[in-house]
Amino acid sequence: MGDQQTFYEAMREHGITRRSFLKFCSLTAAGLGMGPEFAGKIAHALETKPRTPVIWLHGLECTCCSESFIRSGHPLAADVILSMISLDYDDTLMAAAGYQAEEILEQTVQKYDGNFILACEGNPPLNEDGMYCIQGGKPYIEKLRYMASHCKAIIAWGSCASWGCVQAARPNPTRATPIHKVIHDKPIVKVPGCPPIAEVMTGVITYMVAFGELPELDRQGRPKMFYSQRLHDKCYRRPHFDAGQFVERFDDEGARKGYCLYKVGCKGPTTHNACSTVEWNGGLSWPVKSGHGCLGCAEDNFWDRGSFYSAVTNLGVTGGVEATADDIGEVLAGAAAIGVAAHAAASVVSHMKDGSKGDSSHD
Amino acid sequence: MTKQVTPNGFTLDDSGQRVVVDPICRIEGHLRIEVNLDENNVIRNAVSTGAMWRGLEVILKGRDPRDAWAFTERICGVCTGVHALTSVRAVEDALGIDIPANANSIRNLMLLAQHTQDHLVHFYHLHALDWVDVVSALKADPRATSELQRSISNWPKSSPGYFRDVQARLKRFVESGQLGPFSNAYWGSAAYRLPPEANLMAVTHYLEALDFQREIVKIHTIFGGRNPHPNWVVGGVPCSIDVNGDGSINMEWLNLVSSIIDQSITFIDQVYIPDLKAIASFYKDWTYGGGLSGKNLLSYGEYPDHPNDWSQANMLQPGGAILDGDLSKVHEVDVRDPEQVQEFVAHSWYSYPDEKQGLHPWDGITEPHFELGPNFKGTKTNIEQIDEGAKYSFIKAPRWRGHAMEVGPLARYVVAYARGHEEIRDQVDGLLHDLGLPLPAIFSTLGRTAARGLECSFTAHKMRYVFDQLMANLKAGDTATANMDKWEPDTWPAQTRGVGHVEAPRGALGHWIHIKDGKLENYQAVVPTTWNASPRDPAGNIGAYEAALLGTPMVDAEQPVEILRTIHSFDPCLACSTHVMAPDGEELASVKVR
Repeated sequence: MGDQQTFYEAMREHGITRRSFLKFCSLTAAGLGMGPEFAGKIAHALETKPRTPVIWLHGLECTCCSESFIRSGHPLAADVILSMISLDYDDTLMAAAGYQAEEILEQTVQKYDGNFILACEGNPPLNEDGMYCIQGGKPYIEKLRYMASHCKAIIAWGSCASWGCVQAARPNPTRATPIHKVIHDKPIVKVPGCPPIAEVMTGVITYMVAFGELPELDRQGRPKMFYSQRLHDKCYRRPHFDAGQFVERFDDEGARKGYCLYKVGCKGPTTHNACSTVEWNGGLSWPVKSGHGCLGCAEDNFWDRGSFYSAVTNLGVTGGVEATADDIGEVLAGAAAIGVAAHAAASVVSHMKDGSKGDSSHD
Repeated sequence: MTKQVTPNGFTLDDSGQRVVVDPICRIEGHLRIEVNLDENNVIRNAVSTGAMWRGLEVILKGRDPRDAWAFTERICGVCTGVHALTSVRAVEDALGIDIPANANSIRNLMLLAQHTQDHLVHFYHLHALDWVDVVSALKADPRATSELQRSISNWPKSSPGYFRDVQARLKRFVESGQLGPFSNAYWGSAAYRLPPEANLMAVTHYLEALDFQREIVKIHTIFGGRNPHPNWVVGGVPCSIDVNGDGSINMEWLNLVSSIIDQSITFIDQVYIPDLKAIASFYKDWTYGGGLSGKNLLSYGEYPDHPNDWSQANMLQPGGAILDGDLSKVHEVDVRDPEQVQEFVAHSWYSYPDEKQGLHPWDGITEPHFELGPNFKGTKTNIEQIDEGAKYSFIKAPRWRGHAMEVGPLARYVVAYARGHEEIRDQVDGLLHDLGLPLPAIFSTLGRTAARGLECSFTAHKMRYVFDQLMANLKAGDTATANMDKWEPDTWPAQTRGVGHVEAPRGALGHWIHIKDGKLENYQAVVPTTWNASPRDPAGNIGAYEAALLGTPMVDAEQPVEILRTIHSFDPCLACSTHVMAPDGEELASVKVR
């Protein structure tokens, strides 16, 4: 890896001062939810670690992950691509095509065997011998398996790669299959969401480049720094939930006042993601803030959990507001699920009793 | 085959050298192109193969129609939102729901913002490298680049020092030996014609556009909560408006929208359009890639000025169909007429009971059937050469009154031009005048690329018009954003059907639906890239991609720059085009959908 530049060298060469570099490290540390003492560690890592080759593959997907990635404001996608990593293969962005593009894969294996990151957007279909996703005349699953066998670690971008997402929704006719169910011998970090938040994506990449390891993951393989909270826990509309102030239908008085969207189907109480803290598009807004409930797009199988407009009743969380992803795991406790529903119902009942529906004096 | 003339007037000859380009990169999804070259390296046969198959229509069967927008939005994350909008329009059509004026304006703003951002990203990040030689930019004189920039635009980032810095950054990037996304490409090919200064200017704007595109989509974030994949709702839009409040869209949000519109207009008119003209001026004699554009074009029309009126007279960009290149007549298009839009599968990896017949989407059948023809080369899981005489693509062949049609910005512009749309006529005539070209020059790869640029400016400016319309309506006291009268399924008829259409960035998009007992009974989508990337139909008519490649000379058969140039000019979106599917994954070949 002798011909690789470090991230710091690349930034310096691109005319960025040491002062700006250190500021970038501080912002990155803050963006990752770490204290200022980590800025020095990040700076040290970026000064000494070589630019990491990244191979970005696309299976069955809609490319929303790539689109989200280029929306990143800190760091800018251009800075990630030109200075932080070496994005040697990404069929959505690369200049080459045909065999000149595919040659890069073999070159990467020869040159960086065991030392490149494999970023997977989308998933492989397994039916019809994998031929529902053909690349270079061959099934995508072959390419995925081959590159995975030579990579250092895998990032599963988005809900397609992490869980299966829309093409895997009932009845999943192509047998679209998430990465962890076909690759078993490499570390995988899942970055779910349809799509994931841009700064979550670049945050994960930054962490891996800076520290040379995966971020701390929960039991489902998601970075704790972004997926340990339910949206509901940190939702700015939570006080309205607690006060029993709900939007009953779109564009009603409650909607104009910014009340809780629980009753019009918000999946915030069961969804682990960073929307309510990091927010979207440079921290500008997020679905709840715009007036639509959370679809739950970062959760496994969210397409088959009933209507997006049905209030959450059949799913729940353990441990109340303080619960983390680890506490919940994959098993949902029915009793606690009823707890949340009962909590909401009680709020509604108390709300209706005093007959102040839509009355801001309730605040 | 060797040599034959298609019913739509193209001569195919597969006797020469076969060249395969797979994957076609810098597109959405997975596409394979094969061509035959004659002894002069001129393309004489072209084969377009959609190489992926995901499917959503059957997944939608039995679901709540109010949820359908979220599923269909995931057909594509590049043209994000357009399928969602088509879906809510189809459901509203089926249920007879009228949307409020503000919802119409906000939807128009979101679609206009999508076109503006999508076209910008397409030009700089998916298409420019077919015309721009990144490595040549290293040889540019920054001072001369500055002079070039100042001669074509008032864009303030134009100093010699600025271009020197960008060039230095590029130089070190290239010298690092890690070329990233620019690796193994065709730099130095004689197909590239720009002087180094124009290349440096374009590469600089590649970076600026990558940064700026993030701003345009914030209009989605404000009204729909995020981008990609903002939220929509049947009956209107999910956001409420309370100009004086702090719980929904208020004056601060509206001011931000207004500011983004101003910035977008400035960037498009001072960077994109001047670059487009500058680049085009060096390729004026590269007149290839016309294909179907001089013959058959289709647009549904878009941006209803007043809500709930789908007449072409109410459209800010009126649609229709052109046949046989006759611009004196624009045919009216009726998406409900079973004789007009039909899909064929004789050369697609699906089967029909009678494959000579086409089916209107309301009666559509999707029975997948992956089968390689007798003359293909390779094995089932290692295709070396496609047999286009048999089934050869996951894309169906849609036809309008039996004709293969081109859709997209060029189709919209030619149809609107033929209808005498003043603003669009001025744009087209102005560009042609500046470049010293006659009207027929737009029927080309370059014309397709130019129409997309002009449309990007059109949509940026129209955002201002629609925003002012929204503000006037709010000032008049109307703040409604959603009509919830028919939200509950008990207000719906037991059975109904509907159709929604949108002019998406890549062209004419339609969703046809049946609702029965409150659930989706059938869902069919006919998508822009299905039209353009269409394989042959039973009569042998070729589609827009295939037609556009014919007659193009390649500088070097090993370097497919010219193929990429023309295919990219359509802005392919394969996830969109190949979404149809069967209901049971285990028994695909024996299952009939519908």
